[in-house]
Amino acid sequence: MTRALLDGSDAPVDDAPAGASRATSVRRRAGLTLGLAAAVAVLVVVCFVSVALGSRDVTPSTVLHAFTAFDPTSTEHTVIREMRVPRTLLGLLAGAALGLGGALLQGVARNPLADPGVMGVNAGAAVAIVVAIMTLGVQDAQGYVWFAFLGAGVATVVVYGIAAVGRDGATPVKLALAGVAVTAALSSVTSAVLLTRTDVLQEMRLWQVGSLAGRYGPVLGQLAPYLVVGIIVALGFGRALNGLALGDDVARGLGQRVGLTRGLAFAVVAVLCGAATAACGPIVFLGLVVPHAARLVCGPDYRWILPWTLVLAPTLLLVCDVVGRVVVAPGELQVGVVLGIIGAPVFVALVRYRRTVAL
Amino acid sequence: MTAPVTVPATTVDRPAPGVLVARARRRRHTLGAAVTAGLALAVVVVLAWTLTLGSAGISPWDALRSALHLGSDPATDFIVRELRLPRALTSVLVGLALGVAGTVFQRLLGNTLASPDVLGISAGAGTAAVAALVLADLAGVGVSLLALVGALGTALLVYVLAWRRGVQGYRFILVGVGVAAFLSSITSYLVSRAEISDARAAMLWLTGSSGLAGPAQIATLAAGLVVLLPLALVLERRLVVIELGDDAALALGVHVERDRRALMLLGVALVALATAAAGPIAFVALMAGPVARRLVGGRTGDVLAAACVGALLMQLADVVAQEVMPSPLPTGVVTGLVGAPYVIWLLLAANRRGSAA
Repeated sequence: MTRALLDGSDAPVDDAPAGASRATSVRRRAGLTLGLAAAVAVLVVVCFVSVALGSRDVTPSTVLHAFTAFDPTSTEHTVIREMRVPRTLLGLLAGAALGLGGALLQGVARNPLADPGVMGVNAGAAVAIVVAIMTLGVQDAQGYVWFAFLGAGVATVVVYGIAAVGRDGATPVKLALAGVAVTAALSSVTSAVLLTRTDVLQEMRLWQVGSLAGRYGPVLGQLAPYLVVGIIVALGFGRALNGLALGDDVARGLGQRVGLTRGLAFAVVAVLCGAATAACGPIVFLGLVVPHAARLVCGPDYRWILPWTLVLAPTLLLVCDVVGRVVVAPGELQVGVVLGIIGAPVFVALVRYRRTVAL
Repeated sequence: MTAPVTVPATTVDRPAPGVLVARARRRRHTLGAAVTAGLALAVVVVLAWTLTLGSAGISPWDALRSALHLGSDPATDFIVRELRLPRALTSVLVGLALGVAGTVFQRLLGNTLASPDVLGISAGAGTAAVAALVLADLAGVGVSLLALVGALGTALLVYVLAWRRGVQGYRFILVGVGVAAFLSSITSYLVSRAEISDARAAMLWLTGSSGLAGPAQIATLAAGLVVLLPLALVLERRLVVIELGDDAALALGVHVERDRRALMLLGVALVALATAAAGPIAFVALMAGPVARRLVGGRTGDVLAAACVGALLMQLADVVAQEVMPSPLPTGVVTGLVGAPYVIWLLLAANRRGSAA
């Protein structure tokens, strides 16, 4: 059983003939790979739609020309290259980062509720931004991105640190409780400031919705390296997470350094979610829903869950962003809101119809 | 993967274990009742004390006389009855309601995290209230009314969504988390679209404060408590049975789902009333139950003790928010700041794996 889980085959039936089980596993692996390829194709289409659709409609050929034969005098070409493409790239990176961050958290904490929101990442970023605006008079997203990054990272480390102290280390329940506690404390500070300083409230409430709009360009340039490195490192955690899924004692018995794995995973989560939150504001549900959806498709093997999450999360984020741009055109509904509206029913359905929600 | 279960051999040498158990239980009951009475007394004392706090110095005696309509000085009467008493009463009533609701939910769902904040009830009230403030330009009672509707509607939604041949703790909490996230994204959207003054009012409401309630809200909350508090005490016996688990309760011939529904409705009604009066106050519902249990020891008498602890928490938090902070702040800021170290302490003090409470 343990061996099967570590190897990722989905046949934990001990008394089945070995040959049959291997055949099933090979067929299953092929299916998952094919499915993943199809998902990537969908993602590519979604990216193209995200570049083409918006308050100003652009024909597909114009989109192609913007790259093949760029005309600096054409407004449409400029819009595509300066706004739509960076926005789509940001969606790709932030979506992947938040999805993987959620998957990593759920795996490490063995907690289906584990999510950047639960872990205090958003609250940490928010409080850092508030303090930056209040004390240093930072004005634009470009300026406070770094504070958000720092705040999100510190919050993650603090939450994990609190959960890990004492006997047993960071058990799922302790982790979730620590997250809730730190979130509440930080939000108290945030609201104390927001209630006394209207100018800070003005800045914060726009950030707090979660959106890809107006945050591309320089922000993307600054944060992309962190996001890319974080995403690559996160993808390497599959085997370690499979081990942790068996429980700390078993994982330790299998020769895994549980504490080290946890610590590293949390560092990666801090980078991924911190950078994504800094860039886009708190985007809820993505880190929570997508890993569950991936688990629904590929079972408990994290070596499949992580790549599937990598593809599904940005797809969902970009679809929501496009929907938000289209439904109330010429205005737009921020992607955070759309994700809430679309994500919640999906999440509830997941909770209702999955056989087991517990990890 | 069935692990061998080792049953500890219970060897009792004494002749009559039943008598000893009964005696120990009685002693614990007496102790619990004494602690609860002490807590109730503390609530009253703090209530009187808070009436004396503020820039105008009023002695406890004068304040009490004025509050009971025995005073004769109009200035004192105005300060005590119009300014300080509503705030103090709100703190007590909201604290009582949240204390009961919190402990009922936690025991019902067997999870320390199962507070109204996590279950989405507060978020529902918040979204409705912010919509009232921002979209409909309502204020005062209108906002409270919508908050009440929002809280009840959200609770119903969560219950219906979590229903699947019975309501099970974990699924209920998960659905609550989902609904809460959904609602709070709508709330931040509304805040981002609002006029800045509306946004500030919304922010204040979302933080929660004892200073928000007017006479109408206080009266509603008080009336609700008069009905619901005794009901909670009656239903507490059912809670004990439900805590044994569904199978055991069924074996005892108890209609678990019906009782669970009644208790849930009770908890939701209390949270809704409290939130309508003071906004979503963080952590009081979460803290009151475990603190009371620690003070009282054992499980019986929990609901009343939790109510008193809730009231004390609210009162003290409001004193800190009003008197100690550099500038007066809403109560919710302080309960949030106090609640966090409490939960952290809870975590550090927990020795049993995974129980953390």
